[in-house]
Amino acid sequence: MGVLTRELIEWRDKIRAVALNHGLDFFEVVYELMSGDEINEIAAYGGFPVRYPHWRFGMEFEQLDKSHAYGLSKIYELVINNDPSIAYLQESNELVDQKLVMAHVYGHSDFFKNNIYFGHTNRKMVDTMAAHAARVRRHMDKYGQETVEDFIDAVLSIENLIDPNRVFLDDKANRVSLPETDLEPVQVGRIRGKEYLDSYLNPPEYMAEEKKRLEAERRERQRLPERPERDVLLFLIHFAPLERWQQDIVDIIREESYYFLPQMQTKIMNEGWASYWHTKIMTEFALEASEVLDYADKCAGVFSMPPGNFNPYKVGIELFRDIERRWNRGQFGKEWEQCEDYEEKMRWDTATGLGREKIFEVRRLYNDISFLDTFLTPEFCNEQQLFVHRYNERTRRREISDREFDAIKLQLLTSLTNGGQPVIRVGDANYENRGELLLQHDHQGLDLDVNYARATLGNVHKIWGRPVHIHSYVEDKEILFTHDGAEFKDTLIA
Amino acid sequence: MVLRIERDRLRFKEIVKGKIKRNFKEFISQGEMIGRQDGKIVSIPVPQIDLPRFKHGKNQGGGVGQGEGEVGEGTDAGQPGDGHGHAGEAPGQHLLEVEVTLEELAQILGEELELPNIEPKGEKQIEDSRDRYTGIRTTGPDSLRHSKRTYKRALKRQIAAGTYDPRDPRIIPIKDDMRYRSRRESSAPRANALIIYLMDVSGSMGDEQKEIVRIESFWIDTWLRKQYKEIEIRYIVHDAAAREVDRHTFYHLRESGGTKISSAYQLLAKMLREEYAPDEWNIYPFHFSDGDNWGSGDTELCLKLMEEELIPISNQFSYGQVESPYGSGQFLKDLKSHFKDDERVVTSNIPDKDGIYGSIKDFLGKGN
Repeated sequence: MGVLTRELIEWRDKIRAVALNHGLDFFEVVYELMSGDEINEIAAYGGFPVRYPHWRFGMEFEQLDKSHAYGLSKIYELVINNDPSIAYLQESNELVDQKLVMAHVYGHSDFFKNNIYFGHTNRKMVDTMAAHAARVRRHMDKYGQETVEDFIDAVLSIENLIDPNRVFLDDKANRVSLPETDLEPVQVGRIRGKEYLDSYLNPPEYMAEEKKRLEAERRERQRLPERPERDVLLFLIHFAPLERWQQDIVDIIREESYYFLPQMQTKIMNEGWASYWHTKIMTEFALEASEVLDYADKCAGVFSMPPGNFNPYKVGIELFRDIERRWNRGQFGKEWEQCEDYEEKMRWDTATGLGREKIFEVRRLYNDISFLDTFLTPEFCNEQQLFVHRYNERTRRREISDREFDAIKLQLLTSLTNGGQPVIRVGDANYENRGELLLQHDHQGLDLDVNYARATLGNVHKIWGRPVHIHSYVEDKEILFTHDGAEFKDTLIA
Repeated sequence: MVLRIERDRLRFKEIVKGKIKRNFKEFISQGEMIGRQDGKIVSIPVPQIDLPRFKHGKNQGGGVGQGEGEVGEGTDAGQPGDGHGHAGEAPGQHLLEVEVTLEELAQILGEELELPNIEPKGEKQIEDSRDRYTGIRTTGPDSLRHSKRTYKRALKRQIAAGTYDPRDPRIIPIKDDMRYRSRRESSAPRANALIIYLMDVSGSMGDEQKEIVRIESFWIDTWLRKQYKEIEIRYIVHDAAAREVDRHTFYHLRESGGTKISSAYQLLAKMLREEYAPDEWNIYPFHFSDGDNWGSGDTELCLKLMEEELIPISNQFSYGQVESPYGSGQFLKDLKSHFKDDERVVTSNIPDKDGIYGSIKDFLGKGN
């Protein structure tokens, strides 16, 4: 790890001034110069200098190291959402790359600071991660590395089962609603009358039936959780029979998951925004004549569209540019929407000049889903040659299935929903009245990968300690997958 | 600088090795890994160690791509949610290649098959001498100066002379303080081993049989290499006549004639007689055949050769019978009945690739 060279410091200051001039509002950025190995290490740790001990980071590193050694990939930029933001520069990079990265990073830092989805993230995460590492190490010293590591493995297997909407709630709401307890025994209301009429007014069969119904109703109300719970990790912290150190591990992993969540929710926007600014700053200011070719080459790499792939950098930057252009020319609002004439729409220019203002607003208020939902236009899809692809069972390959705007938009939004991961909730913590855990998969048209589901269920069992189930559909059949600690079972529900 | 990640990396490697151990039975019969040998390192493909999670099945649902193409045309798009193609994002690899040194592999082999270490035979062993810079002298070239020792001397002298000032701890060595590294000869005993592979290349030995021999010999090499410093390997093929070949020919040659095992044993006996002094070499002949021999007369001759010439000077004489649809397998029975109780003769029947595991244990489990 080293300090910046004088040349880099000069450029950093210049680029920073230009970025501020353009109205970017970022956390202070600390740049660190690093060797390839060091940067791979940091990248394996998800950008943080210190993480808890876990083999998964070693595996990441091994892969990065290999693909670096074989020249398959090289990490250009790495920045973490923190105040100050910390960014890493690879010392073997050319000056033009370093300038590009610095400009790009100011874009990211501005996004971290201003986008509302990052509003609740921990801005001292570097310290928190280090504290997590210390906590995990302490548990390992006390309970043994293997024991703790096995438990971490189990929890990591469901680290994605958090509630993406919960980030807007404060700490008080980070609690699971408890069912009512200690209720009076169930009483069925009786109609009063003469004693000899009682069996007619309150027929015993009816009374028995009514009692059953009320009791069932109460059970329903006493159900845990009251409503299906998205934040599975939180639920487990509260209700799984865990030791203190185990609760602490779940807590640590959950906190880290929530921290990384907005980066998943804003991948396209965040990269688009940072790319928008690095191209602007580079082309208008920081680029020297001798560097143009190298710069163009790098850009071609970053924005390349390998046939059939979706590049968030490319789509993001183009959509920001499109929004800026439209709002500069007044291509929005009721009149524009209702205009049916393609020619006229193309020529439309009311010289409103609101583009720059609009994109700053967009970077503040939107996430990828609302961003695409609001600003994707048929013209844009056409220009960017977007299409939907699908797997064809018959030809056994992926094929272009559609180029219609509605289909593209629907597909984009679907695959972004919940980060493309299945939605899973805790349905019942006392399934079949046997203290077994029932998870529910909200199917939404996509089947679970059965092998993975089984293995994951095994890990949930390690945490819950009693049999666990997940309810889902596979090939349109309703199925209950069960793991009882020893073996898996699939039960077809007729 | 030592990276912090090293610890996690080591932990990961341990886990991988555990995985290799658990699946060792499968690995052992895989010829694939032999081709991945590069010097002293073998790279073994192991399934990605995954943290399982709930995820959508493969080929479920669609994705959005960019580019030319008509509806209905194929795309080489990845899965939705796969890493997008930007430098810096790790590609979604499904197979992980793990590099293991031959030394480590031999260790796993040994632990897994519970192989005993070999006691090299013979009192007389070749002494191997080496020069090491372990001594200290007062004269020598500057390039060999031992700075730490020199400094210590100078410090001692200055303290003794009272010229040392802790507030200005300047140490200046003079000529008498200088210390230099010096060369010393150290000698270590060295045990040598000779492996001779003999193989029947007659028409009845097919590709599958040869593959088995190739895999077996890889593991035998690996194990014996761990046991001995120096290893020499020779190859002999035979059908009705025997000759020595190189490694490549050994595994690729295919002849058609009949089989006369005695020809190979004769050649082997001659080679040992002329080139290898039995008290200097640990000798390991390994013979692979499908068990067909040309008449019982030849078998008689073989047994005689073994008894009189080969077994007395070998650490162990190993015979592996690879089952083939054409072989009668008679030779194995003959050997077994003749050398019932002789520890130095080891036979093993290898019905197919799955038999490799057991047969390696047969061959190397004796500790000869």
